[in-house]
Formats: sequence, structure tokens, C-alpha cells
Amino acid sequence: MSRYFTEEHEWIDVDGTTGTVGITDYAQGQLGDITFVELPDLGASFAKGASVAVVDSVKAASDVYTPVSGTVSAANPALTDAPELVNTDPETGGWLFRITLSDAAELSSLMDETAYQDFIKGL
Amino acid sequence: MSESDIPSDEEAIPVGVLPLDAWHRAKGGRMVEFAGYWMPVQYEGIIAEHLWTRAHAGLFDVSHMGQLLISGEGLDAALEAVLPIDLATLKLGAVRYSLLLDESGGILDDLMVSRWGGGLYLVVNGATKWDDIGHLREYLPDAITLNHLDERALFALQGPEAASALKRLVAGDYPLSALTFMKGGRYTIGGVEAWISRSGYTGEDGFEISIPADQAVAIADLICAQPEVKPIGLGARDSLRLEAGLPLYGHDLTPETDPVSADLLFGINKRRRTEGGFIGADPVLAILAKGASTKRVGLVLEGRMAAREGALVFAGDVPVGRVCSGGFSPSLGHPIAMAYIDTDKAAPGTALDIDMRGKRLSATVGAMPFLPHRYVR
Repeated sequence: MSRYFTEEHEWIDVDGTTGTVGITDYAQGQLGDITFVELPDLGASFAKGASVAVVDSVKAASDVYTPVSGTVSAANPALTDAPELVNTDPETGGWLFRITLSDAAELSSLMDETAYQDFIKGL
Repeated sequence: MSESDIPSDEEAIPVGVLPLDAWHRAKGGRMVEFAGYWMPVQYEGIIAEHLWTRAHAGLFDVSHMGQLLISGEGLDAALEAVLPIDLATLKLGAVRYSLLLDESGGILDDLMVSRWGGGLYLVVNGATKWDDIGHLREYLPDAITLNHLDERALFALQGPEAASALKRLVAGDYPLSALTFMKGGRYTIGGVEAWISRSGYTGEDGFEISIPADQAVAIADLICAQPEVKPIGLGARDSLRLEAGLPLYGHDLTPETDPVSADLLFGINKRRRTEGGFIGADPVLAILAKGASTKRVGLVLEGRMAAREGALVFAGDVPVGRVCSGGFSPSLGHPIAMAYIDTDKAAPGTALDIDMRGKRLSATVGAMPFLPHRYVR
């Protein structure tokens, strides 16, 4: 399994044609206390870069964009009652949705962990 | 991921630095540009800071706000020609809420007016202070002096333990307990001269403290050394004032809103409602006589998704208003909002829908404040 990152601070773990997407620890730190997550409908298809989910913090709502094109296969049910998981466990238990990749070649445009860490150091 | 609700900086005007800038950064404050200054939006987190203030005491740096002192012969009559305040009933040391209106009755700012020995002390919003000064200078006669007290810092200490914390630090001719809600006086804090009033923007008991800017760091350290007190950022200031039903200028109040629709008639003192004679009196008193077509009300939302400023409000399929402030209420555990709603749909208990990103959120018109005020009167 490989993990990739976007400049919009999403991460995606890819296992075969299934990607699991969340926001990074850096992103949750910037957003502050998360109070609600609007998750996508199962079966919905999105193009790479489309707004798929919305993370509500006390101060603002923020779009989450899908790092790859595909069809949503799961949404994290734990976030309905515990949206704060995105703060406390952003890169594991606070995942947002799973997506079936329609074009694995899109992954080549994403950053790896080292590149992402360098990217946020420059912010 | 992007913060779609936060507008980007468009202006190239340099961001101002307030006296506590380095202090906030050293305390872990995350600094954002607000009202033309770098200010802390949060330290440990908005919800924790919010709940700390409701349970203990929070120190807010509000030095971005404008502190003005006006004085001179014929002061009361001159200011009454501008503001809808009754200065005949404003005794020495009293503090009162007022409104700065334009000729058509639109709200240019909301402010606090206090009677000092040497004149009237005004605290105005940071983002509007330069326009306010221009407006006041334009309408006040030359015999009236207007001093911008920009060498002073302003703190708010808010929460149920604010009085016990502050009592240890101040000395004056009268004990701090002599101040009740909306009263102020001269004290020293840590040996530094201060104007302290029992007032604030959270719905809690608390104080606002004006001190010389060059003493701001020492006094902030002194206050935060008290076990009841933590520094609190702008994020919690906003969620606290929303729960308290207190309007925020630039969002809930604008030149397009009037005092009657904004439900701020208490800012137009009784005598002025019959006599008029303030800027904007004719249009405001006309709206008062025939009734406003919209009203600022509170909305209690179902679910957890917050409604944000600008969201449209519906009764069935009919648009009946617009959200002016909204967010998650840390104390209540669900979202709340303020909105301007057509008067016939503004009664408490009315069921409405809010459109957020194509979703309909169920809401009920609720009484404001959402949380009871705990002022010490």
C-alpha cells in the first residue's frame, strides 16, 4: 500500500484500485476544532480535484477535494457521531471516504510523504 | 482542501502590529489578519477556550478597537446631535451601548459610551474606527476635541471567575465590587493606571480594562498569572458572542441594516425616540412607527451542519431571509445562527429551512440570547 499527498492537504492510501482519503495532520491543525463532516453519497462519481466532502470547523467550512477520479465506495461512519476524530486521528481513524480509482495514472501527479513534508515546510 | 468561507487578503496595506503581538506568539497564538492587525484566532483551540471562558475566566486582547475621548464646551448637546443616546441620564462612570447611524438610518458602527470626569469615552470597532473618527469629526463642531487614545491598549477579562481574579490585582477609591454591569471607574492594576468597566462581549460577568500600551505586556502577564485566567483568541470571542446573541459589526450590522430591524432599539434611548434630533432620526423613527419588514432573530439548527453567513432561509419554498452569523455552539453542542427574517416569519417557534450548499437544514426561530446572560447588575 502506498500513501500520496496533494497540495490541498489530502492524503490517499492506495491498495489496488481502492483509495482511502483523509486530510493531513497539518490540515486539521490549521482548521481547528472540527464539528461536522459532510460525506459523499456512495456510488457517486467524481473527477480528480472535485469537491467531495466538507469539513466544518467552529470558524469555517472547508472543501475536501478528491486526489483522484473515481467512484465513492465507502464513507467513514464513525464521523457522524465523532467528527472530532479528524482532529485526534486525522491520518488513520479519521479517514473520510473510499474511492475506486478510474485512472491509476493520476497518482503520478501526487506527492509522496517526503515531498509533502517539504511542501508544508515551505508554507 | 480549502477554507472556502475565509476571504483572501486582497489589500496590500501593511498589517498593523499591536502591543501584545510577541506575547500572543510566545503563548502559541495562531495569528491572523483581523481589522487591519495581526491578532490571535486561537491558542489551544476554540472549543477549549470557549468552554474555559464560560467556566473560569478568559483574557481577550481587544487593542485593535478604537478608544476615543471627546471633550469640550457643549459636549452633550454636540454628541446627542450625532448619536441616539440620552446623555442627560448617563451619570459619571456609567457605560451605555449606542449606534453610529448614517443619514438614511443605516448602521455605521455600534459602540460604547462612558462618562469620564474629563469627557465622554467611546470604544468603537477596530475595522471601522478610522471611518468613525472621520464621521464624528465631520459632524461634531470645532469646539469639541476628539482624541484618539491610540497609546492605550484594551483588554477584556470575561467569565464567572473574572471578578475574583481581578479583585486581587486592583486598587482604587472604591472596591471592584462597587462596579455593577455597565459601570466603570478609575483603578490601578499592578500599579498601572487603568479605566475598568464591568462590561463585555461574551454574555458572562466580566470587565474591560484600558491601560497604557507600554504597560500591556506586564499587565497581560499579571492577569494571566492568576489561576482562573487563560488567554482566549478571536475564534472563541466570536462563538461566545454568538451564543450571547450579541451582534457583530460588518456581519449582523451593516449600513444596509437599521436599528429597528436589528432589534437594537435599546440603543436608541427613550427620549430620543420621541424627540429625534440625531443623524438618521427621521428614517429610523419612520420605520419604528410603521414596523420593520425584517427582524434579526436567532435560529436553532437541527443536526450538526452549521449555517454560515449569506445562507438563504426559507419557509417552505418561499425565501424569507438570510443568515448573517452562524456556527457551532460549543456550550449547547449544536449549530446556532442569527438571521434577518421577514417579520411575519420571525416569531419564536417558527419552523424554517436553511439552504446550505444545496442541503436543507431544519431550524427553529429561538429566543436570544441562546444562553442566559450572567451579568452582575
